[in-house]
Amino acid sequence: MATINVNGRSMQVDASPDTPVLWVLRDELGMTGTKFGCGMALCGACTVHLDGAPVRSCSLPLSAAVGHRITTIEAMSGTPVGKAVQASWVAQDVPQCGYCQSGQIMSASALLARNRKPTDADIDQAMSGNICRCGTYNQIRAAIKQAAASLTGRA
Amino acid sequence: MAGFGIGQPVTRLEDARFLTGQGRYVGDIDLARQAHAVVLYSPHPHALIRSIDIESAGAAPGVLAVLTGADAEAAGLGGFPPLFMPAVRGELIGFRTLRPILVSDRVRCMGDRVALVVAETLAQARDALDLIVVDYEPLPALVDIEAAATPGADAIWPDCPGNVAFTLRHGDAAATAAAFGRADHVVNLRLRNNRLIAAAIEPRCALGVYDAGAQSWTLYTASQNPHGVRTMICDSVLRVAQSRLRVIAPDVGGGFGLKTNPYPEDALVLWAAQVCGRPVKWVGSRSESFLSDNHARDQVIEGALALDATGRILALRAQALHALGAYTFSAGVAPIETALKLIPGFYDIGTLDVSTRAVFTHTSPLSSYRGAGRPEATYLMERLLDEAAVQLGIDRLEIRARNAIAPARMPYATATGMVYDSGDFAALMRACAEAADWQGFAARRAASERAGRLRGRSIVGYIEQGGRFNDRMELRFDPSGSVSVVAGTHSHGQGHATTYAQMVHEWLGIALEQIRFVQGDTDQVPFGRGSFAARASLVGGCALRLAADAIIERARPIAAGLLEAAAADLAFADGAFQVLGTDRTVSLPAVARAAFRPFGLPAGDAVGLEASGSWAAEPPNYPNGAHVCELEVDPETGVVSIDRYTVVDDIGTVINPMICLGQVHGGLAQGIGQALLESVVHDPESGQLLTGSFADYAMPRADDFPAFDVGFRSTSCSTNPIGIKGVGEAGAVASPPAIINALIDALRNEGINEIEMPATPARIWQAIARQRGDRA
Ligand code: FES
Ligand code: FES
Repeated sequence: MATINVNGRSMQVDASPDTPVLWVLRDELGMTGTKFGCGMALCGACTVHLDGAPVRSCSLPLSAAVGHRITTIEAMSGTPVGKAVQASWVAQDVPQCGYCQSGQIMSASALLARNRKPTDADIDQAMSGNICRCGTYNQIRAAIKQAAASLTGRA
Repeated sequence: MAGFGIGQPVTRLEDARFLTGQGRYVGDIDLARQAHAVVLYSPHPHALIRSIDIESAGAAPGVLAVLTGADAEAAGLGGFPPLFMPAVRGELIGFRTLRPILVSDRVRCMGDRVALVVAETLAQARDALDLIVVDYEPLPALVDIEAAATPGADAIWPDCPGNVAFTLRHGDAAATAAAFGRADHVVNLRLRNNRLIAAAIEPRCALGVYDAGAQSWTLYTASQNPHGVRTMICDSVLRVAQSRLRVIAPDVGGGFGLKTNPYPEDALVLWAAQVCGRPVKWVGSRSESFLSDNHARDQVIEGALALDATGRILALRAQALHALGAYTFSAGVAPIETALKLIPGFYDIGTLDVSTRAVFTHTSPLSSYRGAGRPEATYLMERLLDEAAVQLGIDRLEIRARNAIAPARMPYATATGMVYDSGDFAALMRACAEAADWQGFAARRAASERAGRLRGRSIVGYIEQGGRFNDRMELRFDPSGSVSVVAGTHSHGQGHATTYAQMVHEWLGIALEQIRFVQGDTDQVPFGRGSFAARASLVGGCALRLAADAIIERARPIAAGLLEAAAADLAFADGAFQVLGTDRTVSLPAVARAAFRPFGLPAGDAVGLEASGSWAAEPPNYPNGAHVCELEVDPETGVVSIDRYTVVDDIGTVINPMICLGQVHGGLAQGIGQALLESVVHDPESGQLLTGSFADYAMPRADDFPAFDVGFRSTSCSTNPIGIKGVGEAGAVASPPAIINALIDALRNEGINEIEMPATPARIWQAIARQRGDRA
């Protein structure tokens, strides 16, 4: 049994220490918002926050998450940054199939939490680990800028 | 209906769940007592199976079943025939294969399915899989199309010597030869269209359930076409009536053609669920996807243009080899047909001789992937036109405008059997060139040169075919007066919940919040064919239009009763019936509620209010457009950066400009990926697949693209009541030649006039280094 903190709540999970957090979330806790895309930290679909920083949960063992705060897509409506990102994602018509978007939103919100005025280069750097096969990249860039503007009161 | 009707940039009604982690994809569904399946895939591209020993696997902890091809045969299960074969003058032609759900004698590609293990947990299933011992006798493999089509090559199927499943041809060889004989100029090219994989971020997955009491199955599968899955599995594998299988395709994480038709795993989980008496779930890993998904493209083509002194095209000739893979599987025939008949594009080419051979190889089968033949056709034509322009010394826009079919020629019958209904192609190209500041290029090129960079540009035109087959849509009111759109098509990113609602709002005046969207479940949707080939806007939209018209007519007598007027005296507008010449009205939702009254309905009228409509893509539509690309190459590194990318598309009536933009962007990302990044590679000697993960197969990422400038300049399609043309394929069709032509334009002064896709930095750098070395 390990105890991990997910979205501010302490959770008991029965999984071996090397189980990737992605599968702990999905299979043990039934939180399916975080997606599997590659299992090799190459696509970003599984992105969550570990103490606020974006990490690929497919390659993060449970043991490395103990004692840290995990935040998932399911909690993003409860934060100002998450709300701003979700609103701009709708306004810019970002999602297509939606499958990669949990990861995109987690990467984007982590960026905006530490940088309220990201440049194109900042956005490219923060987002280039998140593949979207539907090709929503232009829209994501616009949505990040819109969310940044709304967070800094420029909207 | 301003605000939310047709043509409005309505934000998507389906977005909320995708932004909060509430989407429901097959992988997210777990059922009580569910067991887990893993598949044993062939590690050899070609081998005889001498024996399969499953004894220790079957005895491993937690194992519920180990199934092989022999078991499938004993159970009386069938395999997968191709979805269709080509028809020539009404006759089906070609060598067709049957793909077993599990192979027991000879594997013909890596990823052929050999066994299925079902266990209590995924880990147990994987452990047991490792205990299966297959005695393979590896045999030489033909993974390259040209090698497979070489006379004397080993037959991949004994009854198909030569490995050509079928040959297709259009045109007039004698007239073409004569035109080439009198041409002032001839240009020739030999091109390879690289093998791709759709690589949807959601891997394929399937969950099968068997209800022993009802003797029926349920399949949850990541599919673009649940009814098609039901038909194929019931008719060809289970051999049961289709009413005994319910197929549910919930949220699907990207299709792009990959998920149009069933795969062996879909049938395997159903069979395993019956054998084990438990729900059985299979979720593919990324490496299994690379191994077992259908691939796409993979064509070698030789083409030539004959031109007069003014740059007018006199004739076109082309001969292609197009890969089928190991089986005639899925819709593998479709891209081969399309890649041939769209070669002339939107140019006026009355004389041509084009042919293609469909070639078996020891690889994953090839089938549809965004564009499905359209990109191959466009690549040849647009590359030839650039070579012709250079040879004749004509501006590349000008040679295209000179040869484009004039609007006055509509409807225009191509020599390959299509009839274009509308479009002003030269104007479209000029509009695109203007939007891209075509005239300002020289100054930008000079600036790049000063910075040590090579700048090139391109303009390409394309036309493609939108829509295929017929489909069916329903509108069903509930007793509270809200309506459901019951769609035979399937949205997996295209935003149908929103665009269909916009149509219903436009035609029936119902508020968007009162419109529900139902799709992807064969028990809820009586029939449909899903989404592929840019078909939903045409067949779904027009069928919905007929359903909406039928609703008005069914509602009319009920409204007449409510308004105490004659049905003929009612007019329907803005969502309500009005007695002509009075201010007495009743809204459609109120009529719908009245249609559910327990008594007092007009005699002969059914309880409730619902109607269906059907529409066939007969004819289909022809979206078209122009792309201008301008890029820079760093000669020191071979790295390409796209400086500007401009698109002007004619997609007919635009239902929702934001959604259409998203579709074009998605196509661009995939087409530019084909040109610069993506390639499925097999070792030519061993036949082994070398690109088995995102570490080896380069996927387009955020920093690969500039901001695209996409505009619409529509002419209404004249062959359907909404004026609609498809949009899903467009971006992927024209972008590979746009990129490669711009790249060659950048490199031509270096002495380079060809470069293969994907034009990776290594390839470009080597080409430059070779030339500079030669000159040094
Ligand atoms: S699933 Fe974790 S990065 Fe792809
Ligand atoms: S929205 Fe489909 S993969 Fe990104």
